[in-house]
Amino acid sequence: MSDHEYTPSSKVGKWFNDRLPLLTLANHLTDYPTPKNLNYWWTFGGILTFCLITQIVTGLTLAMHYIAHADMAFESVEHIMRDVNYGWLIRYIHANGASMFFLAVYIHIFRSLFYGSYKSPREIIWIIGIIIYLLMMAAAFMGYVLPWGQMSFWGATVITNLFSAIPLVGEGIVTWLWGGYSVDNPTLTRFFTLHYLIPFLILGLVVLHIWALHVPGNNNPVGIDIKKPSKDTVPFHPYIVIKDGFALLMFMIVFAFFVFYSPNILGHADNYIEANPMVTPAHIVPEWYLLPFYAILRSVPDKLLGVVAMLSAILILAVLPWLDTSKIRSAVFRPLYKQFYWILVADVLILGYMGAMPAEGLYLLIARVATAYYFLHFLVILPVLGFKEKTLPIPLSITEPVLGGSPNLATAKHKEDIVK
Amino acid sequence: MSDKKPKRREFLFTASYAVGAVGVGAVTWPLIDQMNPDASVKALASTEVDVSSVKPGNTITVLWRGKPVFIRRRTQEEISEARSVKMEDLIHPEKDEDRAKNPEWLVMLGVCTHLGCVPLNDKGDYDGWFCPCHGSHYDTSGRIRKGPAPLNMEVPKYEFVNANTIKIG
Repeated sequence: MSDHEYTPSSKVGKWFNDRLPLLTLANHLTDYPTPKNLNYWWTFGGILTFCLITQIVTGLTLAMHYIAHADMAFESVEHIMRDVNYGWLIRYIHANGASMFFLAVYIHIFRSLFYGSYKSPREIIWIIGIIIYLLMMAAAFMGYVLPWGQMSFWGATVITNLFSAIPLVGEGIVTWLWGGYSVDNPTLTRFFTLHYLIPFLILGLVVLHIWALHVPGNNNPVGIDIKKPSKDTVPFHPYIVIKDGFALLMFMIVFAFFVFYSPNILGHADNYIEANPMVTPAHIVPEWYLLPFYAILRSVPDKLLGVVAMLSAILILAVLPWLDTSKIRSAVFRPLYKQFYWILVADVLILGYMGAMPAEGLYLLIARVATAYYFLHFLVILPVLGFKEKTLPIPLSITEPVLGGSPNLATAKHKEDIVK
Repeated sequence: MSDKKPKRREFLFTASYAVGAVGVGAVTWPLIDQMNPDASVKALASTEVDVSSVKPGNTITVLWRGKPVFIRRRTQEEISEARSVKMEDLIHPEKDEDRAKNPEWLVMLGVCTHLGCVPLNDKGDYDGWFCPCHGSHYDTSGRIRKGPAPLNMEVPKYEFVNANTIKIG
C-alpha cells in the first residue's frame, strides 16, 4: 500500500487513527500514485462504481413499493409508474441503469483487452472482475423477471431451462430452481430475494477488485511497469478524481438521454403484457447486453452443447491471462494483436446483432461463423500470436517517448529535469 | 511417520472435523430443500377437463401444474400421417400408438423440450407444432423432427374418466 507513514495532523485524528486506521486508508486513496498517461478509457472504473451505487439506491426505493407476488407484481410496477411520487423516474433510472451498467462494463472489459491489463501481475483483479460480470448478468436477469411481464416470464423459463441440459440431474435442478413444475410465484419470490442480495455481493467484490488493483497499481496505455511514486505518476487526488468526474458527467448525459427521452427503447414492448403461461411471445429476445451469448447458444444445434458453448464463451475469459502468451501488454506495441483485437470487437457486435435476429437461414450461418471465430480468437490466435508476433520496441518509461528517444532511462529522466 | 500409530490428538482432530462436516451438512440440507416444490404446489396434482366441445382438427390448451397441456382431437389424415412414419426417421423414436392410446386424442405437455417455450399449433414443416423460440418442428404426434429440441413433447399421465372428460395427472 502507501510507501510512506501517515500521521494525522489533529490530536483527535491521531487518537482515532491509532485505534482504527481509517485516515491512513483515506490518505492512501488520495495519494495513490497513478500513471500520468491514463486516457479516458480508464475512467470507466469510476463510472461503474457510480452505476452500482445508482442501482442500489434506486433498487432500494423501488423495493419499498414493489410486491413480489405473481398476482400483484405486474400491477405493483404499474402502481410505481403511475401513483408513486417520482416512481416513474426511479424505475426508469433503475431499468436504464442496468443497460448503462453493462455499456460501461463492456467498455471497461474491452479496454482491459486492448491494453493487456489482465496480464501478470493483475490476473486476480481480472478474475474478480469476471466474477463481478457473472453476478451482474445474474442480477440483471433476475431483475428483468420481477415486473412479471411476458418477457419476464418467458425469459425466466428459457434461462432456467438451460439447466435441464445437464444430464441426469438437470430436470431436478430446474424443479428446484422453480420451486414447482413451472415458473410461478415461488420462482418470483426467490428471484426477488436474490436480486436484492447480489448487488451487495458485487459491492464486496468491488472492494476486493480495487484492493487487488492497489497492490501492483494501474496498468497504463503504454503497458509498461513504472516506478511508483515517480515522475511517471500523479496522485489520484485531485488529478484522476477530476478526470473521472468529467468523464462521469459525460456519461450521465447519455444516461439521462435514455431516461428522459427514450426510456423504453432498450426494453421490449411485450413486457408491458402481464405474464401468461399459456402463450409464448413470437420472438423471445434477451436484453441487448446478453445477445452475443444468446447467439452462441442458438448457433449450436445440440441442446447440451449449446449451453456448454454459451457458458464457455464467458468462462474462457477467466483463463485469458494464460491463453495470451505475449509478454507485451499494450496493443500499441503489438501490430498484429491490434488488428485481431478489432476483428474480435466486430465479431462480438455481429454476434449481438445475430442474437436479436431469428435463428434461421443466413442469420444462423453468420452466427455460426462468428461463434467459431470467437473461440478461435481465444484458443488459437492469442496463444500462437505470443510466439509469432514481432512486437515494436517498448519505451522504458512513460516520459521517454514524449521527451526524447533515448532508450536509457537515466538520460530520459535527466532531460525531463532540464525541461522542468 | 506412516508406520507410527496415529496419536490421540490426531484422532480427536479427525473425529471433530467429521462430526463438524455432518453437522454442517445436516443444517444445510433444510436450507436447500426449502426451495423444492412445497406441499401446496404438490397438492395441485390433477385436473379434469371436459373435451365434449372439441371438434376434430382442433386443439384446446389447459393449465396443469402451471404448464400448458395440449389436448388435440386429431383428424384421420393426421393420425395416418403420424402412424406411417418410420422409426429410423425420428430423433426420439416413439410409436404414435404408445403416445396416443386413443388415436383420436393426443394429450401432451405443450412445452418445447428445448428451453420450455409453448409451441404453436398447426405450424412447422411436419404439420404439427412449431416452437418460435429456437425453431423446433414437431409432427402430428408431437414428436421432435427438426431443430434443437432433444425429445418429443412429454405425454403426461392421463385417463378418460368418461367419454367426455379427461383427467390429467
